[in-house]
Amino acid sequence: MKKEPNTQERRDFLKTSALLAGGALLSSIPLAGAYASGSDTIKIALIGCGDRGTGAAFQALSTKFNLKLVAMADAFQDRLDSSYQSLSSKFAAKMDVPKERQFVGFDAYLKAIPLADVVLLVTPPGFRPIHFEEAVKQGKHVFMEKPVAVDAPGIRKVLAAAEEAKKKKLNVVVGLQRRYQSNYREAMKRIQDGAIGDIVSGQVYWNSGGVWVRPRTANQTEMEYQMRNWYYFNWLCGDHIVEQHVHNIDIANWITGQHPASVQGTGSRAWRTGKDYGEIYDNHANEFTYPNGVVVYSQCRHFEGTSNRVDESFQGTKGKVYLSGGNQAILWDANGKEIYNHNTKGNANPYQTEHDELFEAISKGEYKFTNADYGATTTFSGIMGRYATYSGQTIKWDEALAANNSLLPERFAWDANPPLMPDANGLYPVPMPGKTKVL
Amino acid sequence: MLKKIFALALITVLHGQMIHAQSLKSYTQTINGTNLAFDMQAIPAGSFKMGTKNGKPDEQPVHDVKLDAFWIGKYEVTWDIFEPFLYRDYEKQASTSPISAEVDAVTRPTKPYLDMTFGMGKEHQPAVAMTQYNAIQFCKWLYVRTGVFYRLPTEAEWEYACKAGTNTAYSFGNDVANLKDYAWYKENSANKTHQVGQKKPNAWGLFDMHGNVSEWTYDQYIADFYSQGKDKTLENPVAIPDKLYPNVVRGGSYDETPNNLTSTVRLASDPAWKQLDPQIPKSNWWFPEAPFVGMRLVRPAKTPSKTEIDAYYNKQPIKDF
Repeated sequence: MKKEPNTQERRDFLKTSALLAGGALLSSIPLAGAYASGSDTIKIALIGCGDRGTGAAFQALSTKFNLKLVAMADAFQDRLDSSYQSLSSKFAAKMDVPKERQFVGFDAYLKAIPLADVVLLVTPPGFRPIHFEEAVKQGKHVFMEKPVAVDAPGIRKVLAAAEEAKKKKLNVVVGLQRRYQSNYREAMKRIQDGAIGDIVSGQVYWNSGGVWVRPRTANQTEMEYQMRNWYYFNWLCGDHIVEQHVHNIDIANWITGQHPASVQGTGSRAWRTGKDYGEIYDNHANEFTYPNGVVVYSQCRHFEGTSNRVDESFQGTKGKVYLSGGNQAILWDANGKEIYNHNTKGNANPYQTEHDELFEAISKGEYKFTNADYGATTTFSGIMGRYATYSGQTIKWDEALAANNSLLPERFAWDANPPLMPDANGLYPVPMPGKTKVL
Repeated sequence: MLKKIFALALITVLHGQMIHAQSLKSYTQTINGTNLAFDMQAIPAGSFKMGTKNGKPDEQPVHDVKLDAFWIGKYEVTWDIFEPFLYRDYEKQASTSPISAEVDAVTRPTKPYLDMTFGMGKEHQPAVAMTQYNAIQFCKWLYVRTGVFYRLPTEAEWEYACKAGTNTAYSFGNDVANLKDYAWYKENSANKTHQVGQKKPNAWGLFDMHGNVSEWTYDQYIADFYSQGKDKTLENPVAIPDKLYPNVVRGGSYDETPNNLTSTVRLASDPAWKQLDPQIPKSNWWFPEAPFVGMRLVRPAKTPSKTEIDAYYNKQPIKDF
């Protein structure tokens, strides 16, 4: 590791970035069009009505503020219908979504966004840059799920829209819920106060048994099949290193106060090789090198029947920390003595906290949240990891971010061909390190 | 083919009943078509005093309960036998013969989005974080595999088995100093579950009744349920659940203090155990915030009718918003 010129300066930077995440820094800036007295209704639109989208709407409507859901949009009628039903069963009084404000199809978002003050962007990540750009263009506050893109052009679009959102003082919260989870917040406070010194290395993991598969059904076009089975196609999902492991990589970026300068790694399809699994890998192991020389090792895999872990560890000059999404946070000093152990029980629901804090700011007319920046840089860190494992090359941040390697289809329509088509056996071409070009 | 398997299953059930007619013996159950097995301890029919006068209000009043004979798992259910149920592909690996259509038709848990071992390890360690519905569907899978009716213990059965003839706070007495010999709990667990059977068993040969993981019972949690037994002897009492929350787990876990590990302490399940599930409807199968909950199997000596068995296994899950 390179010797740092000024550790104090870096710790201050860390503090500032954490404040931005928590929201204290910008809170004094007044916001135009505020809901000053809390008496005005905040209108929200749900873009993406899957189980996670429905969950996000549940959390928004569960805040104590005066909200109405006024529009819903999804590519599929059946997903919209079941979401509408679930939401109505719990929030009848907060639902104002008559048939004419239920929009279905690839362009449904264009019709729903204008009707709301705040939009929830919760479709598969491939669509996020387009949706976020439109929401900002129309001056809407945003809650958007992570990851926020699947390729470099998408990230550039999100970063540009993030700048625009700042000019318009639009609150943007990204669903990297660890930033809103009490164990992480408590640990970060102590780390920023120097409890374990300066971070020198780390290890982050998402090793689990994998997720759902939706088998092909009769009469589906290829576009519909891929949209239903979006986890396994990069133009929609970005691979599991982006879709899931982004959570753990985000902690590495948060704790180091930076994003990686370069990545090298290896990955493959070892377990999930059949035609039900699209093109994505089922394992990636990467080494992220940060500008100050800190190295973070990252591993994610979807293997059944193996030992699993989803957590983060970091080592500092004066101690170390262990963190996990199950509300664990343990700090040790350099002698191995425990200096902090977070109580795993009775913590607030971080998914709810995201919405509580966002809607509190909006209802008070405050401008507090600029999560799109770290949402984009963290997402791109994961994308770089994928570029590294697919190509077998060392990937550099600046070069990768400049690439014109869009994964999106040329045309969004049910009869259009997605960018990747199966061969005669129903198998998809799979990236091959040493042969596959990613930039 | 299907019919044939079904007939075979019934024969096994009848055979089971014949065993009971003679005498209940402890046995090892192999999971047909695999190399997997688990141990069941025979528990004689009998009466005991349920609850304690020294405990919390929901552990009172102490009342007389009479129970039929049953078998109960010598150990908590481990990932070794739970994972083949969880993962079809893993079941294939564990199988020594082709998987029947009937086994294949059992509804499996949705794959957990998170790592449901929470990094605590798997081999010979208790399976954790399953919902009560998931635990019952695991029993159904075992039934289809073995032809033997397995189910969750009732609260009364659990406490009877745990006490093993004692009336002290723990099955080994009242002295907390001895707890470390019998249980994994907050002070010696290092925040994680441990391989089953590492500590001393109770008088009836059951391991980890105190600590390691809290264990599912079938009962709905009703705080004043024991008042029903005030002036009479209850026979095979059970509060059949009709709501999703709360149900009772027993025995305390690696994450609990000694006062929550006694033979009589009742813990109620809580919707907060699922708050880290970001989806709506929430999963019927997993409690991402309850890594301290596991299960133990019971087999009643008297096998219920096929209709009763089907009714037990095929209750539709209650939607969780």
